[in-house]
Amino acid sequence: MSATDSPAGMPAPDNAGRRGPMAEVFFSLLRSGTFLTGLGIVLFWIACALFGEHFVPYDPLADDIINALAPPSAEHWFGTDQIGRDVFSRVIVGSRDILTVAPLATLLATVAGTALGLFTGYFRGIVDDIISRILEAFMAIPVVIVALLAIVALGTSKTTVIVVIGLSFAPIIARTVRSAVLAERELDYVAAAQLRHESAFHTMFVEILPNVIPPILVETTVRLGYAIFAVATLSFMGFGIQPPSPDWGLSISSNYGMIGGGFWWTVLFDALAIASLVIGVNLAADGVHGAFND
Amino acid sequence: MTEKAANALELSDLSVAYRVGGRNRAVLRNLNLAIGQGEAYGLVGESGCGKSTVALSVVRYLPRNGSITGGAISLDGQDVMKLDGEALRRARAESVSMVYQDPGKALNPSLRIGRQLTEIFELGGVMGEAAAERAIAMLNRVRISDPSSVMQRYPHQLSGGMQQRVAIAMALANDPTMLILDEPTTGLDATVEAEVLDLIALLRQELSASILFISHNLAVVSKMCDRVGVLYAGMLVEEGSTQDVFNDPRHPYTVALLRCLPRGGQRKDQGRLDTIPGFLPGIGADIKGCAFADRCALATDRCRSELPPLYDLGGRLSRCHYHEQAQALPRATPSDVAAAPKAKSEPVLHVEGLNKTYASHGHALRAVKDVSVSLRPGETLGLVGESGSGKTTFARLLLGLVPPDDGGSIRLEGKALAPRLESRTDDQIKAMQIVFQNPDSALNRSHSIRHLISRALKRLAGLRGAALQARLDELVRSVRLTDRHLAVKPRQLSGGLKQRVAIARAFAGEPRIVVCDEPTSALDVSVQAAILNLLADLQSKEDVSYIFISHDLGVVRYLSDQIAVLYLGRIMELGPSEAVFSGPHHPYTEALLSAVPKLDQTETARIRLDGEIPSATHPPPGCVFQTRCPRKIGAICETQEPPLAEAEPGHSIRCHIPYAELARLQKPAMQAEPARRSAKGDRSAGLNPPC
Repeated sequence: MSATDSPAGMPAPDNAGRRGPMAEVFFSLLRSGTFLTGLGIVLFWIACALFGEHFVPYDPLADDIINALAPPSAEHWFGTDQIGRDVFSRVIVGSRDILTVAPLATLLATVAGTALGLFTGYFRGIVDDIISRILEAFMAIPVVIVALLAIVALGTSKTTVIVVIGLSFAPIIARTVRSAVLAERELDYVAAAQLRHESAFHTMFVEILPNVIPPILVETTVRLGYAIFAVATLSFMGFGIQPPSPDWGLSISSNYGMIGGGFWWTVLFDALAIASLVIGVNLAADGVHGAFND
Repeated sequence: MTEKAANALELSDLSVAYRVGGRNRAVLRNLNLAIGQGEAYGLVGESGCGKSTVALSVVRYLPRNGSITGGAISLDGQDVMKLDGEALRRARAESVSMVYQDPGKALNPSLRIGRQLTEIFELGGVMGEAAAERAIAMLNRVRISDPSSVMQRYPHQLSGGMQQRVAIAMALANDPTMLILDEPTTGLDATVEAEVLDLIALLRQELSASILFISHNLAVVSKMCDRVGVLYAGMLVEEGSTQDVFNDPRHPYTVALLRCLPRGGQRKDQGRLDTIPGFLPGIGADIKGCAFADRCALATDRCRSELPPLYDLGGRLSRCHYHEQAQALPRATPSDVAAAPKAKSEPVLHVEGLNKTYASHGHALRAVKDVSVSLRPGETLGLVGESGSGKTTFARLLLGLVPPDDGGSIRLEGKALAPRLESRTDDQIKAMQIVFQNPDSALNRSHSIRHLISRALKRLAGLRGAALQARLDELVRSVRLTDRHLAVKPRQLSGGLKQRVAIARAFAGEPRIVVCDEPTSALDVSVQAAILNLLADLQSKEDVSYIFISHDLGVVRYLSDQIAVLYLGRIMELGPSEAVFSGPHHPYTEALLSAVPKLDQTETARIRLDGEIPSATHPPPGCVFQTRCPRKIGAICETQEPPLAEAEPGHSIRCHIPYAELARLQKPAMQAEPARRSAKGDRSAGLNPPC
């Protein structure tokens, strides 16, 4: 006697084994080259942020004016910047701030966006109309403008960056969650919950939320890539992470005037580092998306 | 193509496996099957038996993880296994056609019908005007009136029946030698199903095509096919002429399948339905001996160890060692009758003048109009009608999921119910619960079965801790689940088990009324029988009332004490089940009843409904049924809506024709000689002749 059902002819992939759907996704991720490559890149930068300072050849903050603007050599693999700091050491440790600020911002966006999406998708009607229009208006304002206003109001700090990026991304996540909730809302288990006089809170968070986790996870990983990019942009513009942090965006910002003089190494390696992290996150996001939509 | 081979399709020792979890799992096991030229062959069996796999194998169109592991397929003498890419493509294009279950999915939603039809001819090299002409000829052939306007339409602008006709027209476009119909009428209303079946029968007379007809509906197969094969766990267990197999089955599985159906007007108080114990072996299961042995009460040690061959019983085959005793199969479920409901005079539910109007593009859509019914404790009210007749809306109004228009009243045990769910008391909420049609939608897939049922007990019965646990055990046992099922998520259960969970949840608060919205329509007949028995048992034990919605009239008849027939949101007929079914009845009821294919082939003169169910935004003036009524008497039907008049005590009919006259008109039909209806001719009047 078997409790599982094999539907006519076509074996449904999710009925194949005895694993749950989440375990199925997990194993499918382990088989995904895209995901593993992305994950490898991200883990590399996380390792650098955590342990980089113990194995870099120089103190990333120590200046050495005599050796300023030295080109890449055996001694300084990536050269030195205008006050003689070792670029290699700075690139390796430079992921530290961005890797705390961007994920925290994404987390904030996910939590706020999920709550808003559940709310608008569940109540629909006038509540949805009003909140959705406000969110759309919010999405139309560029992040940089919001950041500028927030910094004028709150002063520069990592917290400001997290709040600004988190709140700018929340409407986007809210929109994804809302559309998933609207589809779930039509299913009979929601009517069954109403026929038990369940509270709206219970229906939203206990009944519906577990079923919309997959699109939320996908959207979150995609947003993380954008958040990294946004943090780097804000640092570059001087609104984000402040000196003397070896942050990549900040380094590019303080050195990009040197490119004209031929001192390309002061900017190139930081730029490549940002690009590689964004690509890594996006590859991982692609893998997650594929695993949920197979 | 050269002269025809003896058989249009021949499968010899065909074995097919699906690769799941890294292992090849057998789905078809040494299947032998031959369909002669021009023959209609029916393949029946429960879901999971491999019926659709047969269809897909014939054109080598298996899913990516499927492979033919042995045997040969010969299509009109041509070895399909040996065809290379191009030849296979040609064979698929020219000699085989398939029609699937859901015509809405078989047609491309973004292309006009004309484009999709002409495409087929263009592939064959006929271009432009000539292709269009042939497309129109094809539509004429499937009896679509006004084909040139249909050519201009998109699939969503056609009704389900029309879509299926177009799909059939596409399948026939290349004059195939083999037509495969995979559950072609399963999603359709009974009246539309009858129409499509009539069309297929008619086309059989005109075309030379052989037909492989796959269906889980035994009655449909018995109506359409010359020969029938019963498939079980990928093996043919019985084969023979349709009449032999259905009237004199020689395999216990066929015997058991036939017993699961409520037949000949059987009712719940006349005995329970038989069921088939156990489950179908999973795909790839290691089968020693007879595949059915585990579920067969006749099985002996020999059955469990020795695979029975297909015994030749003179023109028919049975894969049973004891085929001559097959019909002695003992019942799996004792037939002891559930106690008849005690007649109580006080109705538990009284609905008076219930209306629901939606606004649709500026028009009022009367989804439910002036419906009044009452229901006594322990009674079942069956709601029947085509889709769009307002059955489900009515159920949702009762439950408060949708607020009704002002004016009507719903009284539960004498007390008026608030129109909205939120304003009803907890006691009122738990008194009325529902079992939904689709358990996949009704059971939250993220929660375990234990959570699903305990939550209902907590909210509806107000239980906590040990009391909850005790009641949970009791409830789980009463729907015949075991503790083993509690820990799992819904997706790990079969359809029938899921529906039991849904029933357990509905009964958690000891309801007075349970609405059953097509609870068995997604289930196999053996599972359906078990669920119907369960509902009947629970009813006699708990004295609960049901509002039972189903498109399957046999099922409704089995369970119902009262029947309400709905059409465009109005009750056309209301009365005791026996009176409504045995007649005299409303012409609409008459048409619905005659549309149902019957297993015993004693088909009487068919009442056909022409045209489509009118739009509810623009109901016809006068009697809403007048546009399709076969017994329309004249102008009065078009101008004046007939009242729902009491014809006999408790039996009301909404028709201008007096009751005595209805009795006289319907008498011949009710007593007609059992005769197999000729498929030819009787429908073509007023339609374009075939090309």
